[in-house]
Amino acid sequence: MPTRPEKVYFFGTCLIDLCYPQAGMAGIALLQREGIQVVYPQAQSCCGQPAYNSGFPDEARKVARQQLKAFPKDYPIIIPSGSCGGMLKHHYPHLFAGEPEAAEAQRFANRVFELTEFLVTVLGIKLEDRGQPIKVTWHSTCSALREMRVIEYSKSLLRQLKNVELIELQRERECCGFGGTFSIKQPDISAAMVADKAADVAQTGAARLLSGDCGCLMNIGGALKHRNIPIPAQHVAEFLLERTQ
Amino acid sequence: MTETVVDFPKNFAEALNNSQLRRNLRAAMDTMGHRRRTLFADLDALEQLRARGDAIRWRALRQLPDLLEQLEKKCTENGIQVHWAETPAEANQICLGIIQRHHASRVIKGKSMVSEEMHLNHFLDEQGIEALETDLGEYIIQLDHETPSHIIVPAIHKNRDQIARLFHEKIPNAPYTEVVEELNAIARKVLREKFFAGEVGVSGVNFAVAETGTLCLVENEGNGRMCTTAPPVHIAVMGLEKVVERLEDVPPLLRLLTGSATGQLITTYFNMITSPRKPGEKDGPKEVHLVLLDNGRSKIWADPELRQTLKCIRCGACMNHCPVYTRLGGHAYGYVYPGPIGSILTPQLEGLDHAGAMATASTFCGACEEVCPVKIPITTILRRLRTESYDKADSPNAVKGHGYKVNRMESLTWKGWALSNATPWLNALNAKVLGLAGPHLSKLPQVGVLKHWGQSRALPPFARKSLHVLAKEKGIADE
Repeated sequence: MPTRPEKVYFFGTCLIDLCYPQAGMAGIALLQREGIQVVYPQAQSCCGQPAYNSGFPDEARKVARQQLKAFPKDYPIIIPSGSCGGMLKHHYPHLFAGEPEAAEAQRFANRVFELTEFLVTVLGIKLEDRGQPIKVTWHSTCSALREMRVIEYSKSLLRQLKNVELIELQRERECCGFGGTFSIKQPDISAAMVADKAADVAQTGAARLLSGDCGCLMNIGGALKHRNIPIPAQHVAEFLLERTQ
Repeated sequence: MTETVVDFPKNFAEALNNSQLRRNLRAAMDTMGHRRRTLFADLDALEQLRARGDAIRWRALRQLPDLLEQLEKKCTENGIQVHWAETPAEANQICLGIIQRHHASRVIKGKSMVSEEMHLNHFLDEQGIEALETDLGEYIIQLDHETPSHIIVPAIHKNRDQIARLFHEKIPNAPYTEVVEELNAIARKVLREKFFAGEVGVSGVNFAVAETGTLCLVENEGNGRMCTTAPPVHIAVMGLEKVVERLEDVPPLLRLLTGSATGQLITTYFNMITSPRKPGEKDGPKEVHLVLLDNGRSKIWADPELRQTLKCIRCGACMNHCPVYTRLGGHAYGYVYPGPIGSILTPQLEGLDHAGAMATASTFCGACEEVCPVKIPITTILRRLRTESYDKADSPNAVKGHGYKVNRMESLTWKGWALSNATPWLNALNAKVLGLAGPHLSKLPQVGVLKHWGQSRALPPFARKSLHVLAKEKGIADE
């Protein structure tokens, strides 16, 4: 376990920045409550993944360089997303291979932690549930599961909440069909995938859908709303904060 | 042989609307995935085995030219005649030459994806030669004039009722039955007669062992053994990447292949063919031929990253676990190899300008990589293919048909996106505009991105105040 730092950087991700800022603020609040000083560099933006996965590595590098610049000190970088976290931690070294910033990108990557991973493995956070009994369900996002490998940390936090009953999806590990620009470039396949995921969420009878990635939440939550299924989709950080304050 | 232009959007839409197909696939993929998980229950042991499989395949590929020479030498010493084909057309001509030399008109075939790549059946049919598929799944789809929809289970898109109707309609005097054993018996009766009448047997090759000149063939029905032993002539067709260095490389690969493919510890039949019938022996073919097909594989091999594609042992686990394949089935991909492995292999074989769209049919969920027995970095190669789709520059290892997607609109969009995300004040302005526009998005004409997203989901809930703004208001330090 890395030693407990005094200060951390918070990488908000562009999607949280634009659409789910309350999830970002919840992540910051959880860290602060544990006595950690949080730094939010205003010069940050997107991790670069949309361009990287779409076949535009030069544009991705241009944006990634901006992040290297925005997070210069050796504080841990905490990110409330498996997908953007995977980009920073696992793809930056590849993206900058053979570039002047290669070593810097590797050092940057080594400092990246997904939020729930950091709360569990570095801070050893203890949560006290103050909410009413509730049934929730959980979607394991692909990057959190297979790249960052942090699902167990996220779910262990939910298990700390005594009034929260977790009802598992039938296909928890199956992709929701978001895939970033995939949802726009292959809209029909994406729609078929998210329709199945929304149906899976609905059959749980849960009051809320939780996950650690806002892209997937926007996709599944949007599909639930489109079908008038009254199950809100919420980022796990927001839920954890709501239950414990 | 080139195929007609594949209309991917049309194929995809049709497949998605075929609810019977979707149900058949889902049930079949669930079963295959479950069987694999049950067999490979010890995950640590599986990881060790995968690492070994990866190492064996990589070692073979590293020395591929040498191993192929050694294979040819050993096979020749053993009495197997070796032929080299650069293209499918050449491979077809080689097969035809052998068949004609024996004045044969009836060919029986074991399952072979390379023969699909060659469109061998179609080619022989044009020459007046009957090529009959004897693998049950292949036999079913041949009756229905279809191609395989999966590399291991070619008729996976059909359910029992559909097969029952097909047999009743297409096989003379076959009664209608939905009983699996009875359906098997009908096929067995037809195939038995064909096995005895077959003049040339054609098979694929799962592994070819360079040190001994041995051709390995994995199967469950015994039809492969019939095709390679009953007729006087056996032609084995093989992609040139299937060679392994040593005999001892075979057991771990076999274990990985059968376990990953069908969750079997071992298949019912495993054939190791090292020579034709020797003087004094009572059975086996009098001639054995090995046709080694390149068809673009050398070019793939030349690039160290793309070379990983050639590690594939054709188990099909990537398809069984792919959420996209599960919803489309193999036919929608339009080419011989579907699913994740098809999406990296086909654009390299056929050219990005023909099959580049296959590389876009992935969410990068990584389920394929998680199960791949030889650890092919499928998403990395998909990303490379997407990048090359927009790259016109001629580098020595550029994929065929690269740069086909270059267009001003898309490249300007990404340039604008990059500029905005690399310039803090522009990024802030962008967030502000989207925050103001957000509530009104639904009033805009629903075209393009909005249409694609909005046809099945609520529109993105752009926030009035971005996280940047909220963090600043809350006094979160900015250093």
